[in-house]
Amino acid sequence: MANLYTDNRDLKFHLSHPMMQKLVMLKERNFVDKDDFDYAPIDFEDAMDSYERVLEVVGEISGDIIAPNAESIDAEGPRVENGRVIYAKGTQENLDALVKAGLLGITLPRRFGGLNFPIVPYIMAADIVSRADAGFVNIWGLQDCAETLNEFATEEQKERWLTRVVHGDTMAMDLTEPDAGSDLQAVQLKATWSEKKGTWLLNGVKRFITNGDGDIALVLARSEEGTRDGRGLSMYVYDKRNGGVTVRRIEHKMGIIGSPTCELVFKDAPGELIGNRKMGLIKYVMALMNGARLGIAAQSVGISEAAYREALQYAKERAQFGKTIINFPAVYEMLSVMKAKLDASRTLLYETARFVDIYKTYQHISEERKLTTEEREEMKEFQRLADIFTPLVKGITSEYCNQNAYDAIQIHGGSGFMKDYAVERIYRDARITSIYEGTTQLQVVAAIRGVTTEGYLKQIRVYEKMELRPDLEKYRRVLISLTWDYEEAVEKVINGGDNEFIDFHARRLVEMAGYIIMSYLLVLDANRDMEYARSAQNFNKMAKGEVKARAEFIRASSLEDIGHYKY
Amino acid sequence: MKGLKIIVLAKQVPDTRNVGKDAMKADGTVNRAVLPAIFNPEDLNALELALRVKDTIPGTTVTILTMGPGRAAEIIREGLYRGADGGILLTDRAFAGSDTLATSYALSQTIKEMGKFDLIIAGRQAIDGDTAQVGPQVAEKLGINQITYVEEILQLEKSGIKVRRRLDNGVETVKAPLPILLTVNSSAPDCRSRNAKLLMKYKHARTVTERQDAAEDYLFLYDSRPFLNIQEMTVSMIQSEPDQLGLTGSPTKVKRIENVILQAKDAKRLTAADEGINDLMKELIDSHVIG
Repeated sequence: MANLYTDNRDLKFHLSHPMMQKLVMLKERNFVDKDDFDYAPIDFEDAMDSYERVLEVVGEISGDIIAPNAESIDAEGPRVENGRVIYAKGTQENLDALVKAGLLGITLPRRFGGLNFPIVPYIMAADIVSRADAGFVNIWGLQDCAETLNEFATEEQKERWLTRVVHGDTMAMDLTEPDAGSDLQAVQLKATWSEKKGTWLLNGVKRFITNGDGDIALVLARSEEGTRDGRGLSMYVYDKRNGGVTVRRIEHKMGIIGSPTCELVFKDAPGELIGNRKMGLIKYVMALMNGARLGIAAQSVGISEAAYREALQYAKERAQFGKTIINFPAVYEMLSVMKAKLDASRTLLYETARFVDIYKTYQHISEERKLTTEEREEMKEFQRLADIFTPLVKGITSEYCNQNAYDAIQIHGGSGFMKDYAVERIYRDARITSIYEGTTQLQVVAAIRGVTTEGYLKQIRVYEKMELRPDLEKYRRVLISLTWDYEEAVEKVINGGDNEFIDFHARRLVEMAGYIIMSYLLVLDANRDMEYARSAQNFNKMAKGEVKARAEFIRASSLEDIGHYKY
Repeated sequence: MKGLKIIVLAKQVPDTRNVGKDAMKADGTVNRAVLPAIFNPEDLNALELALRVKDTIPGTTVTILTMGPGRAAEIIREGLYRGADGGILLTDRAFAGSDTLATSYALSQTIKEMGKFDLIIAGRQAIDGDTAQVGPQVAEKLGINQITYVEEILQLEKSGIKVRRRLDNGVETVKAPLPILLTVNSSAPDCRSRNAKLLMKYKHARTVTERQDAAEDYLFLYDSRPFLNIQEMTVSMIQSEPDQLGLTGSPTKVKRIENVILQAKDAKRLTAADEGINDLMKELIDSHVIG
């Protein structure tokens, strides 16, 4: 009976961020659709009202159907019969409910039957569904792939594929292979043009494919014979109705058990080329991965929320030594830190989603008309921000959700180790978030550009100049001082002129930037709503300790030290 | 088979499932102010059954008919969000104080104005009165067949309908010709969620009265989007005998209301042995709790 949207005021708070006005105006092209579509908004308030009402439906389905199904799905899991995946019973129920409610193709344009929502409310829906069942969200969240088709396919292709996604066809992104995991340049699945059949034929094996038996798959394949690197790869769309792909097995996983992770065998499976040959990895997979990374960040925040709530509830109910355990400093501190990490994760998530939203919307507008000089500048600015914030938010939120799941079990004590409590599942589900769609270590490889190009610093300066209530000034002073530490550390590492030295400290530098950015965002949240004053304060204290520790480490570090770590 | 015309009878009720201490007023009437107004749960089961017919037989239309005060228009919107094609709010001071007899009279007289229909589907009973009388009375007054306690429609053809009924002691499959009235149990499938597109399409749907009363921002919409007009019917729009309406037409008189607080005063300790369980079974059967 719970509604996971309305019972969480943080969501509405982030949905009503001041930047939404601009974002919605852009996304709705000044509400031009209102004469052609009876469900298109009339104005800004109408659009916001629609997002909220639809999120209420997401919250209701999540509370009434998805969350109650999570336990049985985790126990039952999907299975393979005759090369096809059969979902757990609850998974199918969840999916049917969401399809009936019209919650697929949320961000797609209305002309293909989508809701034309910005990324912010879509990510919010993913945040909500993840809290209910982090394993299930993968299947539903793969509608992200449609966004890549919307970006790079021809109008005629979009017409054929996107309309099917809106009607409930599920998707998959077939990238990984046994010998091509983090290093996708090594992909070997072969695409050959068949004159006789007038189509590309795909042959080979894919592994670790989430929802690998989905109706429509985007497949990365080697179209250029004799090539060995990323430049020989193209992107194809495969239609399950055409046959040619069988599921050899599904993995037995530690967590997100409801989400079938498949090994696929392609035998002359027909594929349709998307965009240009040779651009598969370089351009399309990059776009796909960035969307997916934001999705994993939403999943991580949803998991953090679930973990925090389970822990809080338990701590309020469990009594030991004559009082409920929430009254013990060791427990309430743990809970407050969990909450601070949760709030920090979420504020960074929606900040990033807004950056991505504005950049992507400008990109779509540029296909319709020429952008003005200012618009083009703005698009580039937001693209730059989206590019450096996406790996940052994926890396940090996934690590935090693991920490929060760990602490949630700790608060449950021995009970948390038992299958009787939801935290046990949450803990297992959390573990994958810092691994798939690029490990945290690989997010750092992408994010370090934000350090070296001063992208993070530039944005920190923007936050630094924001108007604040006098009572929040003290946090700004702390953050200004931490920014000095950060700049000093960056200078030392970069000026060292050694790439290995940069790689060695990269995570530390990215995390320092992350702490400062999240702390600023929480202070700004507190500036808008006093509810966040507590997390703003607690996170600011934590940020100080964490940034200072890293600064000290770097201060005391020299190139020679690396030798002590090497094998 | 060509599309059917279905009327769903629905009622807005106070949510009596989560009753607090303020639920009843001192005079023994329901304190509607503290209880949220909701779509009567079994009427949602009825709506789902109707929508499933619509899903399988193209051209089927589902119209919601509800009687109540102006705010009951929300029931029609909730229906539209889930796939109903339209709705009628029957509202008039003349209907105030109606018991089941007066309600079924007003509803059946309204249905006579709505033209030909194939199916009327209603929830078994409303959670505020729990009488389960209105559905059957409407069927009687319209002179059509009725099947109560329906759980699932098994077959629907021009010649008739076959349904499964859920009764206290089992299930029963019955057949009957159309037109017919069905009342639906809560054991029937739950109603689907609101659909995102329909929600956005109909969220501004209002009755004429609502548009006059409220400070609506979107008044300019109602000409270009006629589907946003929720039809409102008053007593003057139906054929009726005034003495059969409202309080005058309601023979039911509430004599007294008692607060019944169920308390287990006498605890009974049972042994885990067969004997203790046998005794308990015997006692439960004797008191008709089971069996």
